Amino acid sequence: MKLLHKDIEKDNAGQVTLVPEEAEDMWHTYNLLQVGDSLRASTIRKVQTESPTGSVGSSRVRTTLTLCVETIDFDTQACQLRVKGTNIEENQYVKMGAYHTIELELNRKFTLAKKNWDSVVLDRIDQACDPTQRADVAAVVMQEGLANLVLVTPAMTLLRAKVEVTIPRKRKGSCTQHDKGLEKFYEAVMQAILRHINFDVVKCILVASPGYVKDQFTTYLFNEAVRQDNKILQENRPKFMLVHSSSGHKYSLKEVLSDPTVTNRLSDTKAAGEVKALEDFYKMLQHEPDRAFYGLAHVEKAAEALAVDTLLVSDKLFRHQDIPTRSRYVRLVDNVRDNGGTVRIFSSLHVSGEQLTQLSGVAAILRFPIADLSDAEDNSSSDED
Amino acid sequence: MSFSLANISILTLILVHAQKSLDVSNHSGKKTNGKTFSPWRKCESWRPLFAFLCLLFFSAKSRDASHNKLDSEVLPKVARMTVSGKRQTMGFDVPSTGENGVVVTATEAASKRPETPSKGSNGDEPMTGPTLSRSSGKARQAINIKAELEKRQGGKPLLNLVVIGHVDAGKSTLMGHLLYLLGNVNKRTMHKYEQESKKAGKASFAYAWVLDETGEERDRGVTMDVGMTKFETNSKVVTLMDAPGHKDFIPNMITGAAQADVAVLVVDASRGEFEAGFEAGGQTREHALLVRSLGVTQLAVAVNKMDQVNWQQERFQEIISKLGHFLKQAGFKESDVFYIPTSGLSGENLATRSSVSQLTSWYSGPSLLEQIDAFKAPQRSVDKPFRLCVSDVFKDQGSGFCVTGKIEAGYIQTGDKILAMPPNETCTVKGITLHDEALDWAAAGDHVSLTLTGMDIIKINMGCVFCDPKEPIRVCTRFRARVLIFNIEIPITQGFPVLLHYQTVSEPATIRKLISVLHKSSGEVLKKKPKCLSKGMNAIVEIQTQRPVSLELYKDYKELGRFMLRYVGSTIAAGVVTEIKE
Repeated sequence: MKLLHKDIEKDNAGQVTLVPEEAEDMWHTYNLLQVGDSLRASTIRKVQTESPTGSVGSSRVRTTLTLCVETIDFDTQACQLRVKGTNIEENQYVKMGAYHTIELELNRKFTLAKKNWDSVVLDRIDQACDPTQRADVAAVVMQEGLANLVLVTPAMTLLRAKVEVTIPRKRKGSCTQHDKGLEKFYEAVMQAILRHINFDVVKCILVASPGYVKDQFTTYLFNEAVRQDNKILQENRPKFMLVHSSSGHKYSLKEVLSDPTVTNRLSDTKAAGEVKALEDFYKMLQHEPDRAFYGLAHVEKAAEALAVDTLLVSDKLFRHQDIPTRSRYVRLVDNVRDNGGTVRIFSSLHVSGEQLTQLSGVAAILRFPIADLSDAEDNSSSDED
Repeated sequence: MSFSLANISILTLILVHAQKSLDVSNHSGKKTNGKTFSPWRKCESWRPLFAFLCLLFFSAKSRDASHNKLDSEVLPKVARMTVSGKRQTMGFDVPSTGENGVVVTATEAASKRPETPSKGSNGDEPMTGPTLSRSSGKARQAINIKAELEKRQGGKPLLNLVVIGHVDAGKSTLMGHLLYLLGNVNKRTMHKYEQESKKAGKASFAYAWVLDETGEERDRGVTMDVGMTKFETNSKVVTLMDAPGHKDFIPNMITGAAQADVAVLVVDASRGEFEAGFEAGGQTREHALLVRSLGVTQLAVAVNKMDQVNWQQERFQEIISKLGHFLKQAGFKESDVFYIPTSGLSGENLATRSSVSQLTSWYSGPSLLEQIDAFKAPQRSVDKPFRLCVSDVFKDQGSGFCVTGKIEAGYIQTGDKILAMPPNETCTVKGITLHDEALDWAAAGDHVSLTLTGMDIIKINMGCVFCDPKEPIRVCTRFRARVLIFNIEIPITQGFPVLLHYQTVSEPATIRKLISVLHKSSGEVLKKKPKCLSKGMNAIVEIQTQRPVSLELYKDYKELGRFMLRYVGSTIAAGVVTEIKE
């Protein structure tokens, strides 16, 4: 993402002009937008023209509109962002107060004005404009009959393809059905790889599985590449890396990313960093449960006691909340930062982010143990079903 | 086939009565033994009729699929034999004149038959015909299946055995050698395996090749998927499942173990190997815990490779004491665990008692085969509604497709309509195969292969459950369960992603809520809404799966109410389903 213009006043109101360059920038923008902000961008509007003879015709006109944002939609698969709102600036084609949906396009600048720019949002802009973190990794986690093909970018994990086939098991006397089923499965996975992976952008392709599936598959893949004379695959052969995982399901990606051979090769991908942070939290929970808290109420209490060393937050909490809730979270983040703690904001699209979201979205590793808050909480909180 | 005189007399009586209307049906008959019909129609004397009957008696026991519907009525087979002109058998002798009530109903059915016309030979068209007598037939068949089961039980009950143990303990070799000694593998095949394995450089795996049949397994010398076969002992028919030992293949091992009644745990007696398998990372512990959690109570421990330690008694005792301690903790009763020293490669103490003096000097217990024979076959719940968990789906010759699985409860006959869940579709059973033999019925405990028609193969995959359409199994994504946490490093929190293993299904799931922690033995609630669960705890949790799974409550079906939770390649908890939410 390119930052063209930033104009933020002392009272934290202001506007920012950005140009999204790739799909991931759409994701960042999605996290920046809040209901009530104003967004100006170039868009296409269908205009009804009435000719002097009375016949009505419609034409599509490209114009720049400023909307007051009401609804935001993000399509993860296509990485498209659609923003719906009412017009707040005079425009020759659109009346004031009329509704319009802007679909943000790549390489077209847009201006975002907010009443309140807090630290979290500013951080995200910095992150988005940071050119260093561009590593893209493709990973195939598979087991017999199931394969998930994902694309891991710094901020997102996108499931590109899922192959699920029933493979007949070996039976006494006949294994041919099993072998044939396996072949069909490998063929399908190979097609998925060829179709969805952009070999220019991707730095590394991980193939992970329990057992020997990955070895069998890679042998099949390269044999087929030679047979079909597929240059792309043959050239990119060194990018393929075999890793062990415990299953073919998506969350096994976590194990893949925390594997030492992988981290050596892909040093410092954001995704790997998040996985490690979550692992540390769990280890702390195991060994010293009084130093690991999760849940907003507990973590806030800990933050008040200036005890938080590392704060793990899922970015889902900052998205499209009503202002008081969001500012509560922002206050928490600022509080921790002011007291010298580190804050890690997890992308909810990553596997570790998903897990953190399930765990209430906020977790903290403390500097010193704080004795049992849990009993007080349990008595007061009601039993939900 | 013995056929009493009484039978023949009844037969002739009925023949006389029914002869007239049979001429009508003969016209529509499309029988294969046409030669028997023509004389019958023309002559009226008894001689050709009698000859015809004798011919029938000694003709082959071939059965049409079309007959299977009519086959369901066992007793009127006396009359039916004349209608269709073809003999049908059930593969066993049913004393049709044994009880009085039986004879009465036979004549009743026989009288019914002449009334319904076009009762021709094929059961395909006249659905009305068979259904008339079918309802009564099914009721009769119900009694009959139980009687049949008892008869078979009186013969040799069926036992499902799974072989487990750490990788390279010698499971496949042990079982392969046992099968060879029992004569299930002929000498030529064995010789072929020996030669080929030597060529491949894996001479010691020759016996394992009996069970490891895929190319991949033979190349690498590992079992990757459960190998199934059967053998007979003096008093049991045993379905053998050879499970893989590698950590990565545990999901496959779980599907095998879920279908088993008893288990053989194989441990390697060699120095260092036993310790490697027994420590925390090895599979000896994990497998034993898994089979215990899946409901197996009887266990035979085969201390293998004893020839490598020269049949030393001290080593044997050392292993027994360590294992015994662990197994008792795991929940096995000491009286249900047996220890047997064996050697898979040399074949000592497998099928017959060993003759090696080093062993017989201190060991006088049974051989492995005798021990397997001594296992008690468990009670089968034949009364409960039909349930079968699919463990394999494939397309066989002919129309329709085959599913393999173990019948967990109830019984089934060919021609039955069954319901598949979660796809929620019905289909018809065209044929049943048990151990490569075609049958007409099967009951709980049998590991069968069903040929089904009337449904798309794509809808069925591993993990579907077939059930009785009148009492379907429930499908849900959220349910509550009581779990026992094993020794884990990472504590279980809310939102923990796990892999749910239920019967043949493995589905990713998350632990949605931690509801309460229970006291281990008393079951009272210790703490509500715990922050996290650590090892050894007994807790109630709510689990949500990604896709719907068909489940039963533990209190309804003991076998179908258990499941396992795994995470990152190790088993973290075992549980039972207490409540289905939605």
